[in-house]
Amino acid sequence: MNQPPGVVTPSTNPATLLDVTGVNLSLRGKPILQDIALRLEQGHILTVIGLNGSGKTTLLKVILGLVKPDQGRIWLRPGSRIGYMPQRLSIDETLPMTVQRFMQLGVHQARGKAGLQRVRAALAETGAENVLGTPLQALSGGELQRVLLARALLREPDLLVLDEPVQAVDVAGQYELYDLISTIRDRHHCGILLVSHDLHLVLPASDQVICMNHHICCAGTPEHVTQHPAFRQLFGQERSRHMAIYRHHHDHQHDHHGTVVNIKP
Amino acid sequence: MDDFLLRALAGGMGLALLTGPLGSFIVWRRMAYFGDTLAHSGLLGVGLGIMLGIDPTLGVVMVCITIALCLVVLQRQRRLASDTLLGIMSHTALSLGLVALAFMQTVRVDLISYLFGDILAISSTEVYWIWGGGVVVLLWLALLWRPLLALTVHEELAQVEGVPVFAVRLMFMLLMAVVIALAMKIVGILLITSLLIIPAATARRFAHNPESMAILASIVGMLAVGTGIWGSLTWDTPTGPSVVVAAALFFILSMVVPLSRR
Repeated sequence: MNQPPGVVTPSTNPATLLDVTGVNLSLRGKPILQDIALRLEQGHILTVIGLNGSGKTTLLKVILGLVKPDQGRIWLRPGSRIGYMPQRLSIDETLPMTVQRFMQLGVHQARGKAGLQRVRAALAETGAENVLGTPLQALSGGELQRVLLARALLREPDLLVLDEPVQAVDVAGQYELYDLISTIRDRHHCGILLVSHDLHLVLPASDQVICMNHHICCAGTPEHVTQHPAFRQLFGQERSRHMAIYRHHHDHQHDHHGTVVNIKP
Repeated sequence: MDDFLLRALAGGMGLALLTGPLGSFIVWRRMAYFGDTLAHSGLLGVGLGIMLGIDPTLGVVMVCITIALCLVVLQRQRRLASDTLLGIMSHTALSLGLVALAFMQTVRVDLISYLFGDILAISSTEVYWIWGGGVVVLLWLALLWRPLLALTVHEELAQVEGVPVFAVRLMFMLLMAVVIALAMKIVGILLITSLLIIPAATARRFAHNPESMAILASIVGMLAVGTGIWGSLTWDTPTGPSVVVAAALFFILSMVVPLSRR
């Protein structure tokens, strides 16, 4: 959180977790990513913002190795584990699967009796411990996001990649989730790369923001980016003025329905 | 009991054992139309088998695998929507099969039995094929189970977590090709998909995890085969369609049975 604006870390910096340079990608002659570069350090949160269709999810896929770029280099610190939280699950109604089974599926850290303890702990950390036996299809939007986040944590990631983590969550829940993401960063000291199109909630939690529209429009600290003309042009004068950075200080908590539950003195 | 009846039951039950777990995956992965397309290409395989003088079952497997590979490659292009592509392939393959068989005037092919199955005429060799092939398919599917389930839940998540997605998807398609070739004799190429989907859909309401749904689907399939053959003998109806009708009745029954909420 205390990184001064405009600091450029040399790639020899041992804190560097992810270094992306010169990424270009075209699909059917249409440029999707143009000369994208970014760097993420351990313990930092890097937020990529952009309108829908600006290529930000594609950028995530390139970083995750799901899509091969035409050009460019993606360097991840050797031996790093990635925890990925996808935007949503589109599992069929006919697939009977509880949260517990989903957590244990394909995550070798979650198998066996000790694994189940880890599953419980991860769910408790994201505030979803009460849905362990619930079928995936019966989860609310907020519960599903918490489960997906817990599953990503289960792999003890060095790099946490979150694609629109607060989608389909009400406003109170969004605050909570972003607080949670900050807490996770502090506790696990992992690097977090997240993509979002909603602005005023996500920015305060970030150390670094990249605003993109197929190319990088501007980058830097949240304060720096919100003042940048390119940012204002992209998100509209009015909206960005209203969004002049708002640090959210929580003096209370919400339950799953958004009701205030404990107000600190 | 007559020999032909025993063979029919043995063949049908063996097939139902396979279609339970495989059909469950087809339902979960929303691949019913894909299964239909593969099945429709079966007739072309029969033609090819006769032309090359090899076992038609082998011909069907070969053609199904080819079509499956074509689909995988074409789906990667993403120029046409998947269901448009499947629609084109499905009916082209079926028509091509009919045309190819029409050209072979020297051999008489019982078209109806290929289209709708002829389980009562099944030979011992074919029963061995089903059980031998069935054991291989089930073992293969057991090995594939975890990764296949992972990529059914979320393909990209599975890929990030190290599942060889493309290879697993390919192997699943190969399994489908083999099962379709085995099933053709029992219910015919036009009805194969129903034997994959209906038992799985019937099992859904009673299952609490993927494995129990697969096993239940096998049991429902076996019940349908038994009931269908019995009905076919009792009322002198075509056997393949009778099995499907029986499966559909079980499905309807499963919808109206009240479940105690746990």
